[in-house]
Amino acid sequence: MTVRYRKERLDRGIKARSDDIFVLSSYREMLYVLLPRVLPVLALFIFLLLKPLVGLYWEKVVVLTCAIALLALSWDLMASVGLVSLGQSLFFGAGAYLTGFLNSTFGWPYFLTIPVGTLGGALFCTILLLPVLRLRGIYFAIVTLTLPLLLTRFIETTKILGGGQGISGISALPNTLVEFYVPAFALLLCLFGFRRLINEDYGVILQGIRDNDLAVMSAAINIYRFRAQAVFIAGTAGAFSGAFMTHYFQFVGMPAFALDYSILPLTCAVLGGVGTFAGSTLGAFILVPLSEALRALGTLRVVFYSAMLIIFVVGLPEGIFHYIQRKYQQFERLVEFD
Amino acid sequence: MEDNTILRVEGLSKAFGGVVAVNKVSFHVKKGELLGIIGPNGSGKSTLVNLVTGFVKPDSGKVIYRGLDITRKMPYKIAELGISRTFQMVRPFYQLPAFKNLIIPLYSRRVKKLRGGKYGERDDIAIDLLEEVGFERDSFVPYKVASSLPHGYLKRLELARCLALKADLLILDELFSGMSMSEVASSLPIIEKLHEEGISMIMVEHRLKELFRLANRVITLNFGSKIADGHPSEVMESDAVKAAYLGSEDDD
Repeated sequence: MTVRYRKERLDRGIKARSDDIFVLSSYREMLYVLLPRVLPVLALFIFLLLKPLVGLYWEKVVVLTCAIALLALSWDLMASVGLVSLGQSLFFGAGAYLTGFLNSTFGWPYFLTIPVGTLGGALFCTILLLPVLRLRGIYFAIVTLTLPLLLTRFIETTKILGGGQGISGISALPNTLVEFYVPAFALLLCLFGFRRLINEDYGVILQGIRDNDLAVMSAAINIYRFRAQAVFIAGTAGAFSGAFMTHYFQFVGMPAFALDYSILPLTCAVLGGVGTFAGSTLGAFILVPLSEALRALGTLRVVFYSAMLIIFVVGLPEGIFHYIQRKYQQFERLVEFD
Repeated sequence: MEDNTILRVEGLSKAFGGVVAVNKVSFHVKKGELLGIIGPNGSGKSTLVNLVTGFVKPDSGKVIYRGLDITRKMPYKIAELGISRTFQMVRPFYQLPAFKNLIIPLYSRRVKKLRGGKYGERDDIAIDLLEEVGFERDSFVPYKVASSLPHGYLKRLELARCLALKADLLILDELFSGMSMSEVASSLPIIEKLHEEGISMIMVEHRLKELFRLANRVITLNFGSKIADGHPSEVMESDAVKAAYLGSEDDD
């Protein structure tokens, strides 16, 4: 008989201690719990102070990253109810166009257009998706993939909302502080808010609908109502992203419904790890800056990051965040078995 | 008569393609009654349950619950009215701890209405319910992840979900199948207790011995049609039932 080994994973002592009230027993335990949450937040807020060092370009990259991360969070929340979307740009575009329309037609300032664009865009998308909430899996995905394409052509042919040219001359955001901290704050709000939401009883229902919608239905729960609510909440994050970027770019046009805003968030979520929200955010903060850094390579960068994506999906299908989390919380050792 | 009947099924039919799964079945359940449904494999028992609970829409016929036509209502609507079912194939939420599984029915409007909307106490209620169906609290069984529990516990978890809803009519679709003898023995008192509390029940069952002990009345299905209806002892003696289970000489 050959002796074989298998990998055993055990929680670290510090993980077990800090799960409970004992976390208050020492600074070490408190830091163990707090640092992974506080450090990224601090890093994001301090970033603007480093502007002389990093330059305007990278500040813009971080703002774009926040926008994509919001879309990734929105994708992740919809995936938690079992709605796999291939059309996150629907939310982005709806928020963007509504904001652009309100600003250019009525001249509303940004602090009115962004909230109205966010809520209105989310509401519009939810109503648009209501009839297809009964669909599951691939069928829902196909519909979401089609809707942004449909809306693009609709705007182009009817020449409403600026038609193919889009709406330009939208008022700019007042200063760098607003430009940077509004999306950063929105991202953190969504990240921690969604994480909280999914661990509440409400989130248990959402996860139940994803795993087993018939059983949830037999528990006297109207799953379509919950799905619609989840789409609205997720839509708020996505539409905010669009609403904000409209003012940031001072332009809204058909690129708002582009495939990029659908596929990039999805890729971020898959790369970072689905279902934790922190994973999607991490994915965005890796993928977006990386694709900007590789811009010098020209078209070749697409090859590079597609290849990297395939390597990660095959080699680390759970996502980077789950991997890091496991290493942080558990240790592995080989044990004999026969 | 009408006051006494909680569920009335009239001429219910359903065909899948060319196969008639349920063929003009009519029956009723009186308040507080425990009705057994038996029949050989493929006789349409589970389809009948799916038709009554709204998971499958019938081709024709009516389901009337407390004088209300519920034939084409959505499953959650029917559950909200107080008909709760277990699934023959267990459908727990595997990734959640057992007690978190019950959060879902406890979050429904029906329960909020019945229990007066006590929000913070759902975990406690869930654990009490699980203890009621035999999850040992002392050995922390309610806290275990559903995927790590044996099949017998998952079956009882299904039952606990119905209890959480405070259903007026329980439909137990082969609750005992896949349970060990000791698990069946420990589940019987739970059902007897519910029966004594006056909850109406429909039990679809293959374990005839246990069923005949519990049931007030038994109906038998064969090839989608009702072939017998009556007291367990009458049904057991019926020639049609014997023929359905054992096959008769003039059948072939």
